[in-house]
Amino acid sequence: MSEKVLGNEWAVAWIQACARITSDERAALNDLDRAIGDGDHGENLDRGFSAVAAKLDSAAPAQLGETFKLVATTLMSTVGGAAGPLYGTAFLRAGKAAGEADNRAGGLDATGVAELLEAGLAGLVARGKAEPGDKTMVDAWDAAATAARAAAESGSDPVAVWAEASAAAEAGARATEPMVARKGRASYLGERSAGHRDPGAQSSAMLLAAAAAAARDTP
Amino acid sequence: MKKLINDPHDVVKEAVAGFVAAHSDLVAAGPDPEELFVHRRGGAVPGKVGLVSGGGSGHEPLHVGFVGEGMLDAAVPGAVFTSPTPGPILAATKAADGGAGVLHIVKNYTGDVLNFETAAELADAEDIDVAAVIINDDVAVQDSLYTAGRRGVAGTVLVEKIAGASAERRDDLATVAAVATKVNERTRSMGVALHACTVPHAGELSFELAEDEIEIGIGIHGEPGRERIPMAGADDITDRLLDAVTTDLGLSGGEEVLLFVNGMGATPLSELYIVYGRAAERLAAAGVKVTRSLVGNYTTALDMQGCSVTVLHLDEELTTLWDAPAKTPAMRSET
Repeated sequence: MSEKVLGNEWAVAWIQACARITSDERAALNDLDRAIGDGDHGENLDRGFSAVAAKLDSAAPAQLGETFKLVATTLMSTVGGAAGPLYGTAFLRAGKAAGEADNRAGGLDATGVAELLEAGLAGLVARGKAEPGDKTMVDAWDAAATAARAAAESGSDPVAVWAEASAAAEAGARATEPMVARKGRASYLGERSAGHRDPGAQSSAMLLAAAAAAARDTP
Repeated sequence: MKKLINDPHDVVKEAVAGFVAAHSDLVAAGPDPEELFVHRRGGAVPGKVGLVSGGGSGHEPLHVGFVGEGMLDAAVPGAVFTSPTPGPILAATKAADGGAGVLHIVKNYTGDVLNFETAAELADAEDIDVAAVIINDDVAVQDSLYTAGRRGVAGTVLVEKIAGASAERRDDLATVAAVATKVNERTRSMGVALHACTVPHAGELSFELAEDEIEIGIGIHGEPGRERIPMAGADDITDRLLDAVTTDLGLSGGEEVLLFVNGMGATPLSELYIVYGRAAERLAAAGVKVTRSLVGNYTTALDMQGCSVTVLHLDEELTTLWDAPAKTPAMRSET
């Protein structure tokens, strides 16, 4: 059995891609946030992931779990707002799961990918106290984790599990459009929040798509 | 957009540097520019409960303007309209701790609450007693399962002044926290926007209002409120704000109150006084005694045009603490 596993090289490639994407999509995320929040989601994520990328450039950890821990602490200490603690906690928990998969299988196997997403989701729920349907980033992560678990159980390899998760996250983000927000600043809009995609769900879908692309491109 | 700035990313850093330079008799900046906070000149007062507030910048003079004797020991300015991260909040908490514990005064926004909670956990790990009061005076938002709860807005200033006086007379942490909670529970606010603000790094209006439209119940970051209505006269607008506040506060006559008209940044004082005059007249007609007042730009939203009306239901203790001396860059009172 020589199933492909995703190691630290993948993790670093993913996070570097996150920095490029949040920089490229900064204005688009700000625009989404301006519609139902205060218009700085892209700005905040760009600041956080630029700081992460700089740290990875200068001293990338050798272990999968350590890389995610660095990502988590850097996001928490640079992003601010609600997104900082939320993404920070998600990456912290995801990193712990990834570290365990690393010890068990020498990297992320298919089950490891599902566990990473489930752990990240659990972190978001614990920190933000949001549930699926509240029109938050949980809607993207919940869809991704569910799809990843199903794909892993049906025997997909980790690249295919990420592809399924990424597609589900995108659908989950799209599904926030008609929802009425119940958490975060968008909840102040009540009914008027319907018709706008949640910026946190959208950024989550973008970041998870980057993970899938990095999985596909990592040898 | 025309703004008196250099690089949009340096706005907070440069504004705080200028603020500290201008008020160096009262305040100083923390030692690490990466963990930016402002503290009282001279640092923590031994044996006194420390008061730490903070949140996104752009609401000046909130919060750094209220650092000084009788009010805050430290304030943490986050990026514009973005809560600070746990690091600087922890640094400010340590700097404010005179051995009697620290009270965090936090406005009810998801980001502020999460980051202050995290900082409090870190402070606890360093054996600093931390209590927190979450300010939620904005009646524009229904406090229900379906929202993040009422927002904290201009009432924050009143909590900082009154809890500050409680700490200054050497009340213990539980007492200062109870005083802060009491002020919050007896304070209600509601705002109106006539024109949106422009966040420096975004460079465009945070929302659009038609020339003849105003938004009632606006938040201090331009979050939408209850409704958009056609532009009306100052008396009509004041009545809408005041009625929402007094109804929620349950004022029926005979109470003593502090009436506070707060400017959002780009509304002239003359207009704020027109609003104050109307609100005071209405309260008097309802048999409510306005015994203390505050009018001016205290909790702003950059260059937003508009104002908020805040009513604090006073009692003897709160009146005494409101009257206690304070010496800060943005609020001074003497006995």
